[in-house]
Amino acid sequence: MRVLGLIYAPGFLSNGPVHTALLVGGGAAVVCAVVGVFTVMRGQAFAGHALADVSSAGGSASFLLGLNPLVGFLGMAALAAGAMEWADVRDARERDLLTGVMLGAGLGLTALFLYFASVTGSATGAAITVLFGSMFTIPASIVPAALAVAGVALAVIAAIYRPLLVSAVSEDLAQAQGTRVRRIGLAHGWALALAVSLSAMTVGAILSTALLIGPAAAGLRLADRPGRSLALAVLIGLLATWGGILLAYDSYDWTPGHGWPVSFFIVVLVFIAYLLAALLARVRARGVSLRAVHPSGCGQD
Amino acid sequence: MFGSFMTNAWIVATMVAITAGIVGFFVVVRRAAFAAHVLPLGAFPGAAAASLLGVNELLGIVAFSALGVLGISQLQRWERREVATALWLAVALALGTLFLNMTRRYSQGVYALLFGEVFGIRSALIAPVAVLGAIAIAVTLLLFRPLLLDSLSPELGEAAGTGRGWIEFAFLAVLALCTATALPVVGALMVFSLMVGPASAARFLTDRPLLALTLSVVLSLATVWSAIALSYLSNWPVGFFVGALGGVFYAAGRLRHRGGPAPAR
Repeated sequence: MRVLGLIYAPGFLSNGPVHTALLVGGGAAVVCAVVGVFTVMRGQAFAGHALADVSSAGGSASFLLGLNPLVGFLGMAALAAGAMEWADVRDARERDLLTGVMLGAGLGLTALFLYFASVTGSATGAAITVLFGSMFTIPASIVPAALAVAGVALAVIAAIYRPLLVSAVSEDLAQAQGTRVRRIGLAHGWALALAVSLSAMTVGAILSTALLIGPAAAGLRLADRPGRSLALAVLIGLLATWGGILLAYDSYDWTPGHGWPVSFFIVVLVFIAYLLAALLARVRARGVSLRAVHPSGCGQD
Repeated sequence: MFGSFMTNAWIVATMVAITAGIVGFFVVVRRAAFAAHVLPLGAFPGAAAASLLGVNELLGIVAFSALGVLGISQLQRWERREVATALWLAVALALGTLFLNMTRRYSQGVYALLFGEVFGIRSALIAPVAVLGAIAIAVTLLLFRPLLLDSLSPELGEAAGTGRGWIEFAFLAVLALCTATALPVVGALMVFSLMVGPASAARFLTDRPLLALTLSVVLSLATVWSAIALSYLSNWPVGFFVGALGGVFYAAGRLRHRGGPAPAR
């Protein structure tokens, strides 16, 4: 019983904030893992990260105005995703710069809103909350809305699953099959915005990239078939998130007085999972065939 | 605005702008905006670690910039470039959260590290910033030809005998140097805007590399100087003006370029 108590502190499941964290964090982890697999396959990790950072401008604005944080994060991310598609960047290389410039402008706005918030004195520590997340202080009233957002994002991905997969592998092939590639890209952009704003609210804007890219990269490393990669990514994301919440809750007992940050544990667990996956993939590749494809060979862009 | 307490701000910001303008040219040519975003942001935990250990802040920033270069290079051997960059970002920031949590720094300190604090610059910072900036510029100019060749045509670069992995590593190292120069002044998030905004706008104005490099420095100086002046007058954070001006320059460049052929670089 004592051993169990070490990994599972008493009162974990009867704690209200923990409930909320488990629900919203779990939802964010699942959506991020699913959307993340396609984001990694499409080579849009930077866009995913930029959307999260830009959404923090909305988060800080909602702090300033006293709005529901979900509205702020979501509104800004949706706006940015729309703008990225609207700019009609045909050249994939130009996309990188446009994303960068938008990211810079968005972060500038975040700085401005946080400054206003500190001047009006309406929110001390808003910078920390917006950028690094506040899993245990999410209001319980947000849970239904957050889970609804997660559901919508998953529904969007499910609706366009096949064409999205084909266009992620080869845009030309998708076009030949009669897919409207631009429309699929836009739909994926919106799903990405939903996923990212949800995780920006829970693990914080600048750490949400871990949930989006980490489990997806690990899942893609472990399995060759997209369905399996998806399932593995979801599993890794969920386990890391829930494990991180548990460890953070336990950490109140390690250092009396204050706990360790949840985001830290989640990211560490995600990264450990990724390293194990990369290691396993290397060992397996060596065992299966001598002409093992070197993974970095496909990434010279 | 030009009083004695502002002298340090003008001097240091000018040095930062020149460095960022030059390094930014290659960020744009190599389409390395993500790395340019991640290295400064990933170096910011170094400042938190330094205050935890009671050592010089700049030392922590340099150490974490170096770690970032090694981390990204190592991850790139397994993963495509942007995924490796994202993974490093996650790890560095997780450490940052932990350090911040341990030091319990005031959020104002975090805010300054992320978004910059131009008006409180100590004179002691001028010398190290000048040295680091000079090294970054010197290395960039020394590598000018191989970097440009590798960025524009990897095959030609390889034929000329420069290894791709080596060039990428050298480039990341220059980025890290620029980061260490600029981070204490304009903050982790604004270093990035300063590298990407002016340089990507300059590219719309000319096709000649050297002219684009010069324009990038000029626009970067214009951005920093007007950001400081506007920030002084309005009391708004300097980071907002840097980010906004970057966006304005880029949009103006795009509009001017509309209809013409897409920029080669």
